Amino acid sequence: MTRTPSTPALTGSRLSACCLAAALLWLGASPAAAQEKVLRIAMTAADIPRTLGQPDQGFEGNRFTGIPMYDALTHWDLSRADAPSVLVPGLALSWAVDAKDKTKWVFKLRPGVKFHDGSAFNADAVVWNVRKVLDKDAPHFDASQVGVTASRMPTLRSARKIDDATVELATSEPDAFLPLNLTNLFIASPAHWQKKYDATPASQAAADRVKTAWAAFAADSSGTGPFKMARFVPRERLELVANKAYWDPKRTPKIDRVVMLPMPEANARTAALLSGQVDWIEAPSPDAMASIQGRGHKIYFNQQPHVWPWQLSFAEGSPWLDKRVRQAANLCVDRTGLLKLLGGMMGVPQGTVPPGHPWWGNPKFEIKHDVAAAKKLMAEAGHSQAKPLKVKVQISASGSGQMQPLPMNEFVQQSLKACYFDVQFDVIEWNTLFTNWRKGAKDPSANGANAINVSYAAMDPFFAMVRFTSTKAFPPVSNNWGYFGNDEFDKLIADARTSFDDKARDAALAKLHARIVEEAPFVWIAHDVGPRAMSAKVKNVVQPRSWFIDIATMTME
Amino acid sequence: MIAFLLRRLLYTLPIMLGVALVCFALVHLAPGDPLVSILPPDASGELQAQLRQLYGFDRSYPEQFAGWVWRALQGDLGTSIASGRAVADEVLKAVGNTLRLAVFATLVGFAFGSLFGFVAGYFQNSWVDKAASLTAVLGVSVPHYWLGMVLVIVFAVQLPWLPPGGAGPGGSADWRWNWEHMQHLILPALTMSVIPMGIIARTVRALVAEILAQEFVVGLRARGLTDVGVFLHVVKNAAPTALAVMGLQLGYLLGGSILIETVFSWPGAGFLLNSAIFQRDLPLLQGTILVLAMFFVVLNLAVDMVQSLLDPRIARA
Repeated sequence: MTRTPSTPALTGSRLSACCLAAALLWLGASPAAAQEKVLRIAMTAADIPRTLGQPDQGFEGNRFTGIPMYDALTHWDLSRADAPSVLVPGLALSWAVDAKDKTKWVFKLRPGVKFHDGSAFNADAVVWNVRKVLDKDAPHFDASQVGVTASRMPTLRSARKIDDATVELATSEPDAFLPLNLTNLFIASPAHWQKKYDATPASQAAADRVKTAWAAFAADSSGTGPFKMARFVPRERLELVANKAYWDPKRTPKIDRVVMLPMPEANARTAALLSGQVDWIEAPSPDAMASIQGRGHKIYFNQQPHVWPWQLSFAEGSPWLDKRVRQAANLCVDRTGLLKLLGGMMGVPQGTVPPGHPWWGNPKFEIKHDVAAAKKLMAEAGHSQAKPLKVKVQISASGSGQMQPLPMNEFVQQSLKACYFDVQFDVIEWNTLFTNWRKGAKDPSANGANAINVSYAAMDPFFAMVRFTSTKAFPPVSNNWGYFGNDEFDKLIADARTSFDDKARDAALAKLHARIVEEAPFVWIAHDVGPRAMSAKVKNVVQPRSWFIDIATMTME
Repeated sequence: MIAFLLRRLLYTLPIMLGVALVCFALVHLAPGDPLVSILPPDASGELQAQLRQLYGFDRSYPEQFAGWVWRALQGDLGTSIASGRAVADEVLKAVGNTLRLAVFATLVGFAFGSLFGFVAGYFQNSWVDKAASLTAVLGVSVPHYWLGMVLVIVFAVQLPWLPPGGAGPGGSADWRWNWEHMQHLILPALTMSVIPMGIIARTVRALVAEILAQEFVVGLRARGLTDVGVFLHVVKNAAPTALAVMGLQLGYLLGGSILIETVFSWPGAGFLLNSAIFQRDLPLLQGTILVLAMFFVVLNLAVDMVQSLLDPRIARA
C-alpha cells in the first residue's frame, strides 16, 4: 500500500499531537463561547411575529418582537410582580392634554436616543411612525400594519412636530385613554427604512417598492429597544443581540443573545425544554408541569389581565335578560374546583380586574361560589330542578388564549347544573368563533347561542371594558356581542374618557367596573395566569401582572 | 412512447386548472375573515372595509380567482397577509425542507418496506412472514404523531441522544449534510417512514406471492435457476408496481405531514400549512396547497413515465 506525500501516515504520535491540538483549541475556544450568555425561547406562535415594528399574533407578538426591539412613547412598568402594571414614560418623558382643546396631546420626547442604525430619534420619527399607519398618502404607508395598530388606538388621527423634542398628537374626540393606547405604537427608524427603500429597484411600481422596503426592513429592522436584530430566518428563528447603548441603564441587557423559536405544539415545547434545546417555554401543557419541575426547571405565573368569560346576550328573548339569572350563574360556578382541574394555573376572578387594581371600584355584588344564594336567585326567577333554564353557549375546541376550552366549559356546565341551568354548547372552529364575536348575538352566525366564550385582554380600559359596554360598540362596530349597554354606561364611559388626570380617570374607570360587575353582562369564570417554564439558569425573572415580560432585566448563569 | 408522453402531459393541463379552482374554492368556502391575522376583531367597520379594498377582497370571487391564476402563471403566488413576504419564496423554501425530509423518509420506508415485503412474500406463512407482516401492519396502524412524541420522549428527553426538533443549530437556512444538522432529520424521518414502510411491505408481499404462483416461476426453477436467480426475476417483475407505490408515497410525504412537522418543528410545507391555517392567511394557504397539488400531479406524471419505460406494455395500452 502506498501513500501520497500529502496524506501522511496516521501514526500514534501524530494522532496524539492532533488530539492535543484539538484539545488546546477547544480549551482556548470554550471560555470565549461560554462568555456569550444566550437565552433560547420557544414561543407558542407558529411563525415569528412580524419584526417591522407593529407585531402581529396578538400580545405574544408585542412581547417578543415588539418590546425587546422597539420602544413606544409610553411603556408598561414590567418591573414588579406584586402590583398591577402601570404606565411609565418610554420615549416620551412627559405628556399632557391641551387645556383648551382636549383632542390635542403634547408629548415631550426623550433626548439623546439613537436607533440601532445610529440615526437620531426625534419628533420627525414619531410623526413618520404615526403616518405609516394612519396616512394613506404617506410614501411609507403600510396597509399590513394598519389593522394591528389603528384598532389599538381607535381615536388617534394625526401627529404634528412642534420642535425636535416635542410632538402633538390629535384624536377624533377627547380621549384620556390615548397614553395607554400608545404602548402599542412602536417607533421604527425612518432613516433605516429610507435606506431599504432606496435600495429597491427603481423599475418597480411605487407601491411594490414600498412593500419591498418594508419586507427588507422586517428582515433587518431598526428600533431603539434594548435588543437589536442580529439574524432572522423566517418561520424558524429570530436572534437578537444586546443593545449595550440602550438609553435606560436599568434595562440595558445582561444577556448577550436571545434566540426565539416558533413552536406551536405544547408537547414539542416541553420536550425542547426537558432536552435542553431551549431555556424558556411559553404556556407549558398542564400535564407536563410536574415533570418540568421535577427536572429542576421553574414555573412562573401571575395574575394576568386575560379574562376567560362567557359573554352574555341581551338580545330579545335571551334567558340572560334577567339580572337574577346572570348573578346566579356567577355565584354557581365552582372556580376552586376549576382551579384544581387546571393544576393551579388559573386566577379566580371577582370581576374583569382584581381587587386592589386602580379600576376595581368595590362592586356591591360579590362574585363567589355560593350555590345556596344562586339557587335562591334562580327560584325567584322561576326556575327549579323540574324547570331548568336552557342556555346555549358558542365555544371553540381550542384557540389562542382560550386556555383549555373543552374541559373548562364542561366543568362549568356541570357546576351550573346544580343551580337549574341546562347548558348546551355549540362547538365551532376558533377562527370562526373569533369572527362571529364581531357579528353579534343577533346574527345568524350565533346559531341560537345566547352566550359566547372568547377570552380577551384587559390591558387598557377600551379593551377591558368600553368595547363590551358601550352602545357605540354594538356589532358590527366592535365586540359588544351581547348588545349590553344603556345611557348610564355610555355616560360612565364618557366620564372616564374625559378625565385627563390619571387619578380622576382611574376613579371614573373604577365606577364603570363596579357597575359592570353589579350588572353582570359576563359570567366571569377564570383569569389566565400566563404560565411559562424556564431553566433554573435564567435569573432575575420578574413575571409582572401583565401580558408582557421584560427580557432586558434578566440574567443567565 | 412519445405520443403516450404527450397525451399524459396534455391530461395534466385540465387537472392543474381543476386543482387551482378547488384550492381557491376550498379556501374561500371556509367560514371566517380572510384578514383575521392583521385585523383584530375590535377593528372599526371603516378600517375593515379599507383593508378589504387594499387587499382586493372586496372584488367578486371570479375576479379574484382569475387574477390569482394569471399571476400564478407568471410565478407570482401573491404576498402573505400575515408576514408580508412573497408566498412563492415561502412555499419553495418550505417545500425544499419537506423534500429533504420526505426523500430521506421514503428511502428508509422503501428500503425496509421492500425488505419486509420480499422476505414475507418469499417465505410465506413462516415466522419471518408473520413478523414482517406484523411490523408492516403496525407501521400502517400506529398514529405517526403519537409515534413521533414517543420517539422524542425516548431519544430526546430520556436518552438525550438526538435533538427533539428544529432543522439544525442555525435553522434550515444554513443546512449542511453533516452530523450536526442530520441528527435533526433522524427522528422526524423515522416517524414519517413508518406508513410508506407498511404500505410498501404489504403491497410487495402480495405482489411477490402472486408472482411466485405464476407458471414462469415454475419454468425458471425447471430450467435449474437457483433461489437467488428466481428471486431476482421476482424482484424485476415486482419493481414497476413497487416503484409506483413508492412514487405515490413520496407524493403523500411531499405534501408535508402537518402533524409530524409540527411535532418536530420541522420548517417544511406541513408546518407552513399549519401556520397558514391558524393565521387564516389565504394567499399563503392557496399558494401552498397549489404547489403541493402540482407536485403530486407532476410526480404522478413522472411515475407513469418511469413505469412505461420499465414496462412498455403500459405505453402501448
